Amino acid sequence: MKLNERSVAHYATCDSPADHAGFLRKRVERHHHHAHHHHATSYQRRWFVLKGNLLFYFEERESREPVGLVVLEGCTVELCEAAEEFAFAIRFDDAGARAYVLVADGQAAMEAWVKALSRASFDYMRLVVRELEKQLEEACKSLAACCKSPRRSSSSGRKRHLSNPALLPLQEKPVVMENGYSTWGSGGGVPGVAACPDRDGGHAKPPPLPPRRRSAASSTAGSPAPGLSPAVLESPVSPETACFSKLHSWYGQEIAVLRREWQERQKRGHP
Amino acid sequence: MRYNERELLSLARQPAEKAAEILMRVPKKGSVLKKRLVKLVVNFLFYFRTDEAEPIGALLLEHCRITKEEENVFSISFIEEPERKYCFECDSKEQCQEWIEALKRASYEFMRRSLIFYRNEIQKMTGKDPLEQYGISEEARFQLGTHKQ
Repeated sequence: MKLNERSVAHYATCDSPADHAGFLRKRVERHHHHAHHHHATSYQRRWFVLKGNLLFYFEERESREPVGLVVLEGCTVELCEAAEEFAFAIRFDDAGARAYVLVADGQAAMEAWVKALSRASFDYMRLVVRELEKQLEEACKSLAACCKSPRRSSSSGRKRHLSNPALLPLQEKPVVMENGYSTWGSGGGVPGVAACPDRDGGHAKPPPLPPRRRSAASSTAGSPAPGLSPAVLESPVSPETACFSKLHSWYGQEIAVLRREWQERQKRGHP
Repeated sequence: MRYNERELLSLARQPAEKAAEILMRVPKKGSVLKKRLVKLVVNFLFYFRTDEAEPIGALLLEHCRITKEEENVFSISFIEEPERKYCFECDSKEQCQEWIEALKRASYEFMRRSLIFYRNEIQKMTGKDPLEQYGISEEARFQLGTHKQ
C-alpha cells in the first residue's frame, strides 16, 4: 500500500509542536528461527517524537528524516514484564500484530510516555473536543438566559462578552486557511457569526453543532449517537466510549494500578 | 521510512467518516482519472480499486491544503509540494463541497486547534479551565502556542 511518505516525513520534522519527545530504547524484533529458541534481545536507542496520533522515531535527535513511524490507532499502551526496567509496550487490537517494546530512562520518563501515548489516539482528541463543544454551548445558553432576564446585571464583564464576536463560535469552525493552520485571533472574530441570541427577536436558538461523524451503514462501531444507551460496549480504545469522564478515569486507574504493582516489585527487590 | 502497514490496513477497514466512489487522479506524469472508493478514517484518506478489499494507497491528511478546483473537482496537496495535486472529480457540486468540508476538518492538528479555541472561550466565559476537572490541563497537546520539547 502506498503512503504519502515524503509529506509524512515532512510533518515529522517540521517545527509544528510535538506532544512528547525523548530517547527510548526500542526492542529489535527478530524473525523466528526454527532452529533457535533463544536469541539475545537487543535494543536500539532512538529519538522518538509524538505528534498527534503518530509516533516517529529517528536514528539521532538531529536526523533529518525519521527511520520509522507507528500509527497509534487501535492500540493500548501497557507496562510490560520485560527483563528491562521501565519497559512498556504498544500493543494492537489486531491479534498477531507485533508489539513495540520500548524502554525509558527512568520511572518518570516511562510514566510520561505511557500517559502521552495512551491519549494520542484521534478518537480521544475527538472526545475531548466534543465535550468542550458541549460545555461551550451550555455556557452560551446560560449566558443568553441570563441576558434575557429582566434583572440585568450591570457588570462590565458581561457586557464585554456580549460584544465579543467570538461569543458564538459554533456557527463556524475557526477559520482554516490550510489544514492545520487556523487564523483566529483574539481580535479577529469569526466570519459568519450570528448575532447574540438575545438580540434575535427573543428567539434563543442554540448555535448549530458541527456535523456529527456518520458511521458507514454496515458498521456497528459507529460514533456515539445522542442518547446512546450506557449498555454500549466501552473500552479505553473503543470509539463507542461515549462518556468522557469514564474514559478518563479508566486511564487514570490503569496507571494507578500499574504504579502500585511496580512499587510492590520494587519493595520485593528486582526479579 | 518503516511504518506499521498492518495497522494501517486494519484502520482502512474501520467505519469511515465518509466514503464514496469518486474519480481520482494521482500527481504522476500521464496519470488519468480513475474510479476509486475513497474512504476517510480519522486523519487518513484511503483509496481502493472499487472491487478490492485492500486499499492501494493512503494519504495522511496533516499539513495539507484542500482546494476547490473547477466544477465538481477538488484537490489535495501538501505544504512542502504544493504543485503535486491529488485530484478528485465528484458527481455533484454538493458532494464536492461536502468532501472539502470534511477533509478540512479531518486533521489532528485541526482538532487540536478547535480544542484550544473552545478551551479558551470557555475559560473567558466562565473563568474556569474546562480541562482541569479531568486533570489534563498541563498536557502538552492541549496548550496554546508552540511548546518545544
